[in-house]
Amino acid sequence: MIRFENVGLRYGMGPEILRDLSFQIAPRSFQFLTGPSGAGKTTLIRLIFLSLKPTRGLITVFNRDAASLSKTDLPALRRRIGVVFQDFRLLDHLTTFENVALPLRVLGNEESSYRADVVELLRWVGLGDRMHAFPPVMSGGEKQRAALARALIGKPEILLADEPTGNVDPPLARRLMRLFVELNRLGTSVVIATHDINLMNQFNARRLVIEEGRLTVYD
Amino acid sequence: MPGVSSSRKGGSLSTTEADHSHKLQLAAFRRQSRLAMRKQSQLVPENTVSGNALTIVVAIMCFLACLTLGAVTLVRDAASDWQTDLLREVTIQVRPIEGVDTAAEAAKAATVARLFRGVASAEVISEAESTALLEPWLGTGLDLGELPIPRLIVVRLSDPSIVDLGALADRLAAQVRGATLDDHRGWTSRLQTMARVTVFIGLGILSLVFMATVLSVVFATRGAMAGNRDVVSVLHFVGAEDGFIAREYQRHFMLLGLKGGLMGAAAAAFIFALTSFVLAPSMSPVAADQTAALFGSFAVGPVGYLGALAIAFMIAVMTAITSRLTVYRYLAESE
Repeated sequence: MIRFENVGLRYGMGPEILRDLSFQIAPRSFQFLTGPSGAGKTTLIRLIFLSLKPTRGLITVFNRDAASLSKTDLPALRRRIGVVFQDFRLLDHLTTFENVALPLRVLGNEESSYRADVVELLRWVGLGDRMHAFPPVMSGGEKQRAALARALIGKPEILLADEPTGNVDPPLARRLMRLFVELNRLGTSVVIATHDINLMNQFNARRLVIEEGRLTVYD
Repeated sequence: MPGVSSSRKGGSLSTTEADHSHKLQLAAFRRQSRLAMRKQSQLVPENTVSGNALTIVVAIMCFLACLTLGAVTLVRDAASDWQTDLLREVTIQVRPIEGVDTAAEAAKAATVARLFRGVASAEVISEAESTALLEPWLGTGLDLGELPIPRLIVVRLSDPSIVDLGALADRLAAQVRGATLDDHRGWTSRLQTMARVTVFIGLGILSLVFMATVLSVVFATRGAMAGNRDVVSVLHFVGAEDGFIAREYQRHFMLLGLKGGLMGAAAAAFIFALTSFVLAPSMSPVAADQTAALFGSFAVGPVGYLGALAIAFMIAVMTAITSRLTVYRYLAESE
């Protein structure tokens, strides 16, 4: 599904911040991406999401060489990847419902065609009663779940979540993790970037550890 | 996960459970109805500070452009009126000659003129009118008989193009003693030059105002766009095509531009109407005469009003194009 071969990245003329990354993300797999703060977890997620280009190496996304992709190929590929950003990146002027429906709206679909799906998904993440709320009046946990719902509404083949439990209390973190596990059980590959060792210890999952720009895989 | 229905133990529900289920269904129905009835928010934030600032900038620049256009049309129309009026009128002077009845010669000159092809009327200016004309210089109680003042005949032409003024001058010189024809050619020529220069200057100012408007709109639009980078970025990562994002922004900014443009055009039209219907009639007779002499009716014609509307639409289109180009540039930079 996703394959990295000897991928390296540097910003401008600076030192290489990611070096010789080689790994694969298989369909229906579940893995943690971990490492100390500033190790490059978010950067790696951006590479997978095709919002950054590597300075060397080969990235294959859904059997397509990332280097050969044209600008017009990107939206269709991105729709197959769901991302939950650390800072949620919800649009403050849209309601929770509208934020979650955004990936379907940008396809030009009529609201009536996806309304029921969005409502159902919001209920699934526990935001059934908050669908008219705007992000500025929502708690961190609610925003986190709204961002998760937005990442899932387009039924992506892979979900990338950057520190999804970083802003929530332990019970909510466990609840979110259960959502990720269920999602994986239903067929979506999941990559969770976190530096929370306790959280990772609760699940027997593959770990991709970045340290000093290098990646080690623990299956 | 949605789509996976939960299993329920037992085949039937108790009354309390049925009530609860009914309430849940009702709540879901209400929620769906609320969602279906409410208006979908625009993807581009509305009523932002930068958006409102853009509307105001567009309104002000459109107002100034419309005023300039109105002034140019006013001067052009006035210059055209002066020219037409002068071309439609010539004057015959009958100089007093010793032993000749000037009044009789003036009447004869008027008759000669009236019979000439293309002349609509020829009126001798009466002694009273001549006295009134000279009063500002020579004072009251003037007796024209004591002074060698020429008599004037105002000749109005029905069609200046068919009148042979040279032949009329020759005929007058032959038949009326002391008569000369003044066809205002010198005046007309100078006036034409002045009118052309005035319109040229006006168009120059209009071009400058347009350029300033374009630049203001471009910078204000880019400023407003800068505040929308996050929105563009989010739309991008949820898989929106560049064309979709550009269309959303283009529509949003075109509406902002149109709103500002129409506000500016409406304010300019109000000023035009105010000068035409309120200020001009309220002027003192002397000021009104002078204004009428210079600007005719001192009213901006349909060209001014239609031009103002055209400017508003043009600015809206310009705003839309600028925002589209800015979005594409931003999207290209973000890749």
